[in-house]
Amino acid sequence: MAAPQTLEALLRDSFPDADELAVEDRTGGGDHFQVTIASARFEGLSLVEQHRLVYEALAAPLGDGSIHELRIKTRGLA
Amino acid sequence: MSELREQIKEIIENEPVSLFMKGTPQLVMCGNSDRALRALREAGAPVTAVDVLPDPQIRQELSALSGWPTIPQVFIKGELVGGADIVEELAASGELRAKLDEALGPDREQAERTAAVATQA
Repeated sequence: MAAPQTLEALLRDSFPDADELAVEDRTGGGDHFQVTIASARFEGLSLVEQHRLVYEALAAPLGDGSIHELRIKTRGLA
Repeated sequence: MSELREQIKEIIENEPVSLFMKGTPQLVMCGNSDRALRALREAGAPVTAVDVLPDPQIRQELSALSGWPTIPQVFIKGELVGGADIVEELAASGELRAKLDEALGPDREQAERTAAVATQA
């Protein structure tokens, strides 16, 4: 289990410029999350590259199994 | 490289469209695998599905190869297209169909088959 605030803090570290950054606990169980981020870091990147940046930011909770499911929505600022 | 990793690599590289999923197209065991499968069906993709559930090693080796931590994973001609979110997004925008047309030609038939990777009992 992970708190949405914990994930949000990790994402803020990686995307300090984010225009929009939201973490939603989809089921209330602390392991299914929807992450939405708009950041200049995504500009010019493919969706695979964009999602990789999110996975990198959340490597710890993904690695220790506290995130069971992660849905990602990313976009650049342009 | 382990034999299992070699087998996974062969599927990724040789199958037109491979989908590594939880369960099979006939019995999908996860909502996200289902989302990816539906998106591929709608785009008319010939899908070769590999169930990662029989052995945790399959998932480990797959993620080591692709650098992608979650399931499902979709590949078109060896290239990682993404997981459920990306495939759904690309299907909705029409890009998935365009990508398939470009990689496989427009005359393909939607089909589904299952490929298994052998794991140590």
